[in-house]
Amino acid sequence: MKLHSTVLCLVFLSFFSTISAQKIDMATVKGGVYLPLYGTADKLVTVSPYLMDVYPVTNADYLKFVKENPQWNRTNVKSLFADKSYLTNWTGDYSFKGLPNSPVTNVSWFAAKKYCECQGKRLPTMDEWEFAAMANEKVQDARKIETYNQYILNWYETPKTFSNPVGETFKNYWGIYDLHGLVWEWTLDFNSVLISGESRKDVDKDSNLFCGSAAIGASDLMNYAAFMRYAFRGSMKARYSSQNLGFRCAKDIDN
Amino acid sequence: MKKFILAATIIASFTIISCNNNSKKNTDTAEVKKKKKAEGEKIPEMSIYNLPSHWTTQNGEDIELKTLQGNVVVMVMIYTTCKAACPRLVADMRNIEKQVPEEKKNDVQYVFVSIDPETDTPERLKAFAKENEMEDDKWLFLRGTKEDTREFAAVLAVSYKEISPMDFSHSNIISVFDQRGEMVLQQEGLGVDNKETVAAIIDLAK
Repeated sequence: MKLHSTVLCLVFLSFFSTISAQKIDMATVKGGVYLPLYGTADKLVTVSPYLMDVYPVTNADYLKFVKENPQWNRTNVKSLFADKSYLTNWTGDYSFKGLPNSPVTNVSWFAAKKYCECQGKRLPTMDEWEFAAMANEKVQDARKIETYNQYILNWYETPKTFSNPVGETFKNYWGIYDLHGLVWEWTLDFNSVLISGESRKDVDKDSNLFCGSAAIGASDLMNYAAFMRYAFRGSMKARYSSQNLGFRCAKDIDN
Repeated sequence: MKKFILAATIIASFTIISCNNNSKKNTDTAEVKKKKKAEGEKIPEMSIYNLPSHWTTQNGEDIELKTLQGNVVVMVMIYTTCKAACPRLVADMRNIEKQVPEEKKNDVQYVFVSIDPETDTPERLKAFAKENEMEDDKWLFLRGTKEDTREFAAVLAVSYKEISPMDFSHSNIISVFDQRGEMVLQQEGLGVDNKETVAAIIDLAK
């Protein structure tokens, strides 16, 4: 009887793990409180727990999506949703150049958003993305650690990392790869970045967004590495696409 | 934050349904002026009417953006609890409206889209319209889901961020669309010279 129930239990377990197979590709980020780059000490942001894709979406993943949703192939996509450089490196509507497991790039925000929706997921918010990306291999918030910042800055200087396969950078504290070192990534609310005078003029109340304080030491490096990201987001429009810009999806944790 | 989770959950459950959507529901037409509808005409690729979003008006009616097709549309994103920029944006819109000649007034629809759909219920939008003496049906106030609002702002290239439950920072942009929903012009800033905007509207309106 005991054996029987053990077998049953195993069968059940394997069944269960099949259903939740999707979750294996996602890591749980427990969330917490953090101070974003543009924040001040009293502007701590609380990030609730969420799931995040372990890897960015690859060419192969995206090809599958485009086959299932032909309105998003290179020919059919509406110009409201994607500019001319959409999938520009692909060789056709259903064929890409490069590795199947390289991150898909040259996708617009609309396309990335739709892809995630079709997986029953969503794009991560900027706070979720930044929260997960503060981690190095060992700690949740490595932003003041020199090696962490140096890694990012070295990456900025390395050309064409977008053609590398996913999963070759470090596995971070949460079990997530490639947040740094491969491509930049879309976030759901990328258009909440308000860099005064840069992206859009006459925005209200953001004069303190980057209070240009001349800090020295590690925080300078930290600010520089992150500032590049924020500035890039601020310069994007939802239909733009870029060779250095991919995405991954996130999901709420079901209760 | 709880609120956010709730909203995100609602959005998530909504978006699962809407993956392969061609949005068939909500074809009510509401009190929006419907005329010269470009029936059967293909919507241009850059038209905002390609967006499948649904909106609720200040009168509590559900509409699709497409309902506005056939009008010159002047659009701005605001929120009703806004104390600083929005009253000026409202004034800017009124100012533009005033300069459109009488015979063309009927062809233009002025639309305010809320960036704070949680607070801006139809009742609130209605009260806001009343306060601002914008009860004529050429003034339309819309509220959508958080998700559709985000997407719409992305199309208009309007940035916004919630900085407290009652306050947002946002870019001040008034956009003009032609009868087929293609963006013709954007005016940025508060109280700026609106000559070009008015000229574009007059040029488009019949």
